[in-house]
Amino acid sequence: MPFILIVGAGRVGSTVARAMLEAGHDVSVLDEDPLSHERLDSGMDTTWEDAGGRFTLGHGLEIDALREAGIEEADVFIAATDGDNTNLTIAQIAGKHYQVPRVICRVMDPARAEWYAEQGLHTICPTSYAIEMFERALEEV
Amino acid sequence: MYVVIAGAGKVGWNLARELMSKRHEVTVIESDRSRYLTVEQELEHAIQYGDATELWVLERAGINRADLTIAVTGDDEDNLLICQLAKEKYLCERIIARVNNPRNRQYFELLGIQPAVSATDLILRLIEHEVPSYGTVHLLDLRDEQLEIIEVEVPSGSPVTGRPIHEIELPDGSLII
Repeated sequence: MPFILIVGAGRVGSTVARAMLEAGHDVSVLDEDPLSHERLDSGMDTTWEDAGGRFTLGHGLEIDALREAGIEEADVFIAATDGDNTNLTIAQIAGKHYQVPRVICRVMDPARAEWYAEQGLHTICPTSYAIEMFERALEEV
Repeated sequence: MYVVIAGAGKVGWNLARELMSKRHEVTVIESDRSRYLTVEQELEHAIQYGDATELWVLERAGINRADLTIAVTGDDEDNLLICQLAKEKYLCERIIARVNNPRNRQYFELLGIQPAVSATDLILRLIEHEVPSYGTVHLLDLRDEQLEIIEVEVPSGSPVTGRPIHEIELPDGSLII
């Protein structure tokens, strides 16, 4: 069963975390805001931990927090904090230093999402999707 | 030399002043509007307003022809990524990054961002210089050359005291300066 570490449990991170847990994966979440833990619990019958999830309070750049959250055993690393610069930094560290086999990084800035993707980083750019959706919606006007 | 400096804090502003006084061409990038307006009164066209982690901002500042990029914002991730882009995307030959939190230094090394300068580390070295705990004082690291400059005080009564330097047996590859 792949072990998934998600850094940043905002709307995207927490929803992906719950979906992965429900799909039967081992999921660990790292976030610096205690509120994000409540967000994970909301909409679930049990607490996040009772459902089998892990939660660590800390910043994604802190080595100790990353280790506690299980980066050394992770099969998948998802960088989904609200900061592009934090995501790009920790995603590269997860891949290069901890050799996590699959690293996925959220980048809001389309230009950098594209360049880092060319360098081999798996980036997801919500802004590009939004632009595409707007353009498609406007085609029908 | 053309130098791009990210961050117009005390470090960035003073670096810009010094470099300009030595007749280098400088562009500073500052993302805080009010700080930009303050510094702009002195630096005028040599400062631009914008987020230096964005590609178009770097390109507008002329990163493509920069001989040196210095990232001295208060944010380590920003400094790391700005230098990474300068080096790997825009092929800027020389970069210097500031490390605000010394615990982040390892990330700069890991991602090949060198030199990374930390004020805390520099002050620690000075303390070591004043209060040496081991007899050798670390003065400078030249990482690429894999050289280290250290200071060793020869105490009175040492076997080398009073002998010519050429008679002193030193480990291979070491040099007295």
